[in-house]
Amino acid sequence: MKAEKCRGFKDLTPDDMRAFRLVEDTFRDCCIGWGYDEIRTPTIEYLYLFTSAGTLTPNMLGKVYSFLDWDGWSGERVVLKPDGTIPTARYYIDNSKSGLARLFYVTNLFMFEETGKKSREKWQCGAELIGVNSALSDIELVSLSLDVLRQLGLSDIKIKLSHAGLIKALLDSLELSSDEKNSIFSRILEGDSAALDIVKMDKPETVEALNLLVGLKGKTSGFLKNIKALSGKKLDSISQPLDNFIDIVEKLETLGIDYRIDIASGKGFEYYTGLIFHLLIGENVIGGGGRYDALIPQMGGQSTPAAGFALYMDEVIKLFEPEALAELDVNKILVRIEANAMEEGFDLAEILRDFGYIVVISLDDKPGTGYGWELEVSSKTPKFVLTDITSKETTKTDDACDILKLLGCTEDVS
Amino acid sequence: MSLNIALPKGRLLNSTAVLLEKAGWEIDGYDEKLRYYRLKSARFPDINIKVLQEKDIPIQIAVGNYDLGICGLDWTEELLVKYPSSSVVKIVDLGYGEGALYAAALPGEMADTEKLSSRKGITRIAGEYPNLAETLAGKLRLKRFSIFPLWGGAEVYPPEDAEIVLLPRKSEKDILDAGLVPFIKVVDFKAYLIANNNSLRTKNMADILSSLTDLLESSCDFPKTFHIIKTTEKPAARSFTKVSHDMVRLALPDGHQQAHVCRIFDKVGIKVDDYPSQTGNRRPTSNLDGYFIKVIRPQDMPLQIANGNFDLAITGRDWLIDHKYQFPNSPIEELLDLKYGWVKIVAVIDEKLPVEDIATWWKYCKDNQITCRVATEYINIADRYVRDNRIDRYRIIPTWGATEGFLPEDADLLIENTETGGTIARHHLRIIDKLFESTACLIGSTRKCSNSRKTERMEFLISALKGAMEMT
Repeated sequence: MKAEKCRGFKDLTPDDMRAFRLVEDTFRDCCIGWGYDEIRTPTIEYLYLFTSAGTLTPNMLGKVYSFLDWDGWSGERVVLKPDGTIPTARYYIDNSKSGLARLFYVTNLFMFEETGKKSREKWQCGAELIGVNSALSDIELVSLSLDVLRQLGLSDIKIKLSHAGLIKALLDSLELSSDEKNSIFSRILEGDSAALDIVKMDKPETVEALNLLVGLKGKTSGFLKNIKALSGKKLDSISQPLDNFIDIVEKLETLGIDYRIDIASGKGFEYYTGLIFHLLIGENVIGGGGRYDALIPQMGGQSTPAAGFALYMDEVIKLFEPEALAELDVNKILVRIEANAMEEGFDLAEILRDFGYIVVISLDDKPGTGYGWELEVSSKTPKFVLTDITSKETTKTDDACDILKLLGCTEDVS
Repeated sequence: MSLNIALPKGRLLNSTAVLLEKAGWEIDGYDEKLRYYRLKSARFPDINIKVLQEKDIPIQIAVGNYDLGICGLDWTEELLVKYPSSSVVKIVDLGYGEGALYAAALPGEMADTEKLSSRKGITRIAGEYPNLAETLAGKLRLKRFSIFPLWGGAEVYPPEDAEIVLLPRKSEKDILDAGLVPFIKVVDFKAYLIANNNSLRTKNMADILSSLTDLLESSCDFPKTFHIIKTTEKPAARSFTKVSHDMVRLALPDGHQQAHVCRIFDKVGIKVDDYPSQTGNRRPTSNLDGYFIKVIRPQDMPLQIANGNFDLAITGRDWLIDHKYQFPNSPIEELLDLKYGWVKIVAVIDEKLPVEDIATWWKYCKDNQITCRVATEYINIADRYVRDNRIDRYRIIPTWGATEGFLPEDADLLIENTETGGTIARHHLRIIDKLFESTACLIGSTRKCSNSRKTERMEFLISALKGAMEMT
């Protein structure tokens, strides 16, 4: 019987994991540097956390892995966590948190994908800033996400901005039924950038400003200010989210952060209420986030504004060449230990590891590949033979200290 | 090339027979009297036709046992909403099939979709379609909900044991007549021709398909699902017994167990009026003081006791064990063996196979690299049994009765109940293991009852039934 992995799931190879750990460690260091605390929420959560209005769209709910737990006789289903933000909001409420909380996590998420060709398990590094609603807090999250990507040495990062509050106000300004509004909003959230085309067709004479807003892609706060001037009093309802949007992009400009405004690119979650941002390298979206002020009260918590972002690990790790991340050969030593020299061999290997070398004990007589050094440990003279694989130079000695000195491990060696 | 086609029993049988007659299939024996499951068509002699429970057909097509099938859209959707990438393709609406599946509730806020989505407590949804129920909960944006999968009798659950029920009915009026309000039409009961995706891609079925589609008027109607109903008609007035805290809620079984229950009750002077009921009454009254009785399916009782919807129930031990295997910590227990309805639960294979017991079956599966298809009504018992017996790779295929008809084409192993083994032998099958014996039993909750009056009342019935057992 062939041993197979489940359809729609993938293994992370050693090459993948090297990149994964690099991204995770960098993300973690940055978050800690910005004053965030790490949490880890369970893989399984109650399904109902994700079903009420303002959480996941019904289309997304149709793809969650829901089932009955071993004690699920009450009929309440559980899910493999399909989203990172909602469990963090649940954690905040469940642990009676109040006020400001800066939290981050690294987690896997599960969402069914029909073809089985894309992975149904995705990894995310996410950060949530809970308890404050200000343009500054949105800027903090955008800046933190960019900091992580820069620390990873990634360049040419593009930021696309949209605004859920503005989209909702826009839809409210049209004469649409609530079903139609929900349907268009869901389509936008699911990445259908043509969903707002209805705005262009609907009463073109009276909503020039909306047509411009939806159709054009601006690069400065001036664009939004122009829209505001054009809309005048005809579209009073959009002025508040528009002002918020202008405030945010002005602050981004102050910090010299480039962005592109694309209202129709609002892909995200139903819980978003304000700024939505996406991080791209080339055409690939590698992360994104947004403001979700209504989620925590919606889930039964106190009225608490919040925002967050996540980096999509599966996309980010693709940006690293495996060769660039492979451990340097020069730090890798293959040790061949004769049976009677076990103690000396293992002791020396331990010291070398303490000095940062990767020391691999040879289990057969086959030549190793990918090593910078080869060390033979014997009970007879010469007890230690060290060979530099690149230069083929060999050092023979009976004193382990000579080997340590040669490899630069001189501190505290006695 | 032979093709396998699944045809429905039950509600769609007559109309399907008429359609196939018109299509010239000339199938002998596909009528109401149905004596054989395996049939042949004179026009298409190469196809193997089998008559199955309608509910089984989409699953059988999905697992690849059948290339084509006819069944109601409800059962197809029940599979597809949970498993959208399963290998079932809806081909064409065959133009018949009466009624629909409705979401219904008592009049008032429960039948108001907007009020439901803002409701704070747990909303309980009961019905035979748990996957459609879960999708409904998502569409209604319920804040918190529980789903009670049922084998039947959903209409008796509201208001005490469920807020929303999924009811298969011919029309909205049928639901209004029962005192409930239909507020969403979940799916129409249209008969559909469905196919296995892979068969459609790789096998030439053109003659068979065109024999049916040539008879149909072209239609571009895409079936609407989860359609909100705004009914202006008022439901029939219904009055419900107020169940006070000191009353005992007793579940009695429907179906063939009713006569046995009546016999035991008679012995100790317990009279239940209108049970069995000629009119389908599921809320009989009795001379038991302080008892509120509902008649439900025995299969559904353990879940109902575990949830505190009932205090006592009469069911089979097989269903109690199946429930406990699914939910090991479930707070229910057997209180009394009622000693009727004896059956043994057995593992069954095709008698032609050179296998005598489960150990050699394990070896047979291993040697022949078989992914063991296990057909059963007892999903959790079967799952544990094959797992405990280290069958490497297996699939549980849920069935709804007549499981013996699945061997050998549609399953490799059955977990089935039998009294004498006669039916099994008649189908040329062999019992290779006995899992356990089952009789009817009284079950209750392991949670302590805090109401002393109610405890006394429960103890009265338990002791009366013990007395009845001693009389046998």
